[in-house]
Amino acid sequence: MGTALSGVTERTFDQYAELIQDLTFPSVRRWKDEHRRAAVGYFPVYAPLELIQASGLLPVGLHGAGDQLDLQYADSRFGSFICSIVKTTLEMGLTGRLDLFDGLLFSSICDSARNLCWVMKRNFPEKFVEFLHLPHNPASASSAEFLRSEYQRLLAGLEAVGGRPPSDEALRSSIALYNRNRSLVRRLYALRTEEPHRLSTSDLYTVVRAGNFLPVAEHNDALAKVLRESARAAGKPRDNIRVVIEGSFCEQPPLQLIKLVEQAGCYLVDDDFVLGPRWFTEDVPLTADPMTALAESYLDRAVYSSVRHDPRKPRHKELIAKVRRNRAQAVILLIAKFCEPAYFDYVLYKRELEAAGIPHLLVEFEEKMFTFERLQNEVETFVESLLFD
Amino acid sequence: MTQTRSEYRGQIHKRQKELMLKWYERLDEAARTGTPPTAAMMISGNCVELLEGFGAVPLYPEINALQMAIRHQSLEPILIAEELGYAADNCAYVKADIGAYLKGLTPADGKLPVPSLVLCNFVGCNTYIKWFEHVAELQGAPLYMLDVPFLRTDDPSRADIDYVIKQLKEVVTRLEEITGRKFDLDRFRQAVRCSSRVEELWSKIKHLAKQTPSPFDAYFDAITLMGPLYVYRATPEGVEFFEIALKEMEEKVAEQKGLYESEKFRVVIEGPPPYPYFRTFRDMFAKWKACAVASTYSTVGGLWEFGARHDPAQPFEAVAMHMLAQNVTNRNYLQRYEQIRRYVEEWNAQGLIIHFVKSCRLFSAGQGDMRDYFTKTLGIPTLYLESDLEDPRYFAEAQTRNRIDAFFESLEHQTLTRLHQEAR
Repeated sequence: MGTALSGVTERTFDQYAELIQDLTFPSVRRWKDEHRRAAVGYFPVYAPLELIQASGLLPVGLHGAGDQLDLQYADSRFGSFICSIVKTTLEMGLTGRLDLFDGLLFSSICDSARNLCWVMKRNFPEKFVEFLHLPHNPASASSAEFLRSEYQRLLAGLEAVGGRPPSDEALRSSIALYNRNRSLVRRLYALRTEEPHRLSTSDLYTVVRAGNFLPVAEHNDALAKVLRESARAAGKPRDNIRVVIEGSFCEQPPLQLIKLVEQAGCYLVDDDFVLGPRWFTEDVPLTADPMTALAESYLDRAVYSSVRHDPRKPRHKELIAKVRRNRAQAVILLIAKFCEPAYFDYVLYKRELEAAGIPHLLVEFEEKMFTFERLQNEVETFVESLLFD
Repeated sequence: MTQTRSEYRGQIHKRQKELMLKWYERLDEAARTGTPPTAAMMISGNCVELLEGFGAVPLYPEINALQMAIRHQSLEPILIAEELGYAADNCAYVKADIGAYLKGLTPADGKLPVPSLVLCNFVGCNTYIKWFEHVAELQGAPLYMLDVPFLRTDDPSRADIDYVIKQLKEVVTRLEEITGRKFDLDRFRQAVRCSSRVEELWSKIKHLAKQTPSPFDAYFDAITLMGPLYVYRATPEGVEFFEIALKEMEEKVAEQKGLYESEKFRVVIEGPPPYPYFRTFRDMFAKWKACAVASTYSTVGGLWEFGARHDPAQPFEAVAMHMLAQNVTNRNYLQRYEQIRRYVEEWNAQGLIIHFVKSCRLFSAGQGDMRDYFTKTLGIPTLYLESDLEDPRYFAEAQTRNRIDAFFESLEHQTLTRLHQEAR
């Protein structure tokens, strides 16, 4: 991608690119063998990872199966017009690929994901399958208290798969570990935004997404290493356009598609890829009551997305602020096929972007796509129209 | 086979029409004069009782959308919305409503007001959140997002109930500010009392469908009763309407009058109807003298046939419980399986029709798994159909008819002997 990293770092990226596509979850198996404790898969945004980790369990981000799996069973369970990630996640379950997960965690992000939770519950009665209701009304004075009780309920449920009820101290330690994780990711994002020639988005994406599968402390070391290396990376700025990617908060586009957008002449200066491990915009405070701190942080410190609702901060206004903050010239709305929350937001995003005079392009993808010529053509035409405008 | 149409026209149809016209007149009055105050709400798990405490009128975008579809007027507003950027795969209810607003189309002659409050009573349908955000944004109306925790345990927890009650009280404060009216607690209690009575009557009507023959179709005819149920549930007019309806149905039962002269099949229907082809779809069942004896769609507004009622002694808690646990959309998917299972057994149905609706992922996502459960685990004959509740472009008439015919032919074959015995 035009950056010149050391061979060691390049190998790190290659290794993580393999890891995130490996449906046998080798890092999870290794962790389970070492610790003899349960792994809990979460789907895939706004999961309170700290609660799982502090209970002594391994949280693992489930992001569908990419292009690695042909659907044999899940299509007939979910029918037409339903997004791919819901089906591939179920397919992984129905083909035994989720056997190593003792628990599965879902939340109120959309209707399809919610129904998937109960389909999983019926098909895998031996697993701990839980649904978290995340408040849609953060403006209410009662939301924090409610969410705290919801988190408490989750902790009690995790005991069923060997979770140890964590002390406040253990929770604070976990919050501190994830704060460090998110802080490192934020620094990497800042580096990529300021000096995108030193760190490509496809590499950044790979290393951040690897965090779905690694214990947080191990991932922190990896992030710190990449940060050190990338800051020193050679490379010269190109005459690329600065673009914000919006809409890929849940189902992830193929890595090749991200590379394609970059190769077409875009510096991706912000994106909403892999929100799972990075959904707080600032540190969660280490207070005397960590459960309340976590609950309040969902309400007040969580990154916006099409599946989180906060009437105090309309998403279309947030998008414009994001564009301005990152000095972006354009927005690519990169939306998973059949993702209804993203489709809805597109209407208001489009209206707001047009009012602000910001060029935008809508690109639909599926995690499982093999031909990219048409999309490449669309993106290249878009870039050219901006470069030679 | 000769063409059969299922239809009866009783007093309830006349009265229903009067009541719904009166409702539209009140909305028109609100649009013209600013009074009475109005609140846009979602049908499912609505808290219409609270509005009564302000003398406010509910405005249901869903009813507007379905009225347009049933009159074959939904495509135009859908296309208008798609031009604005809505996707082919967005809920067509939303598109029809937004398109109609932009174009100034209304289901009745009068106008629709900009709601005094856009009150998004979230009960399971995430699309509703988007819909109401868009309505508020496009119309410049204030929005309150009433968040009802999805039912993820058998019953709501104390924390769930308290959370909803606190928000209901925030809604009261908000409506007091907006309308300048003081909340009338006595009127609210009276509204809850009316609801409780209507629920009792509606539940009795539904149980009459256990009779053979069933006096009405608990899917298609139930929809006639659903308008007054949502708009007038908390009023004396609603009570009167359902008293008339129950009496009419009881008379039919006493006279052993069924929907058909000889009812041939009893089925349960899951999912909303294809409103743009409502009549056509209904006739496809009528051809086989197949009567829906129960339906999940008719419990969108409230699930009362298993005993739940608003409790007038605790009005806020009653409304919270209704929103949390007593409507099909806020109940989890496996609770819906159980609801259907009970219908099949207790209402003595021979099969289940699952209508997958492209617009509505709340209803439809995972219905293949539902079919798997009913056919493989329970051994209940199941038919799976796909179309849409609002967008006429997704109704494949010949294919749907063929599938329905094939299903009943097969069912007929299986039950021929028993049906002959029953007919004698």
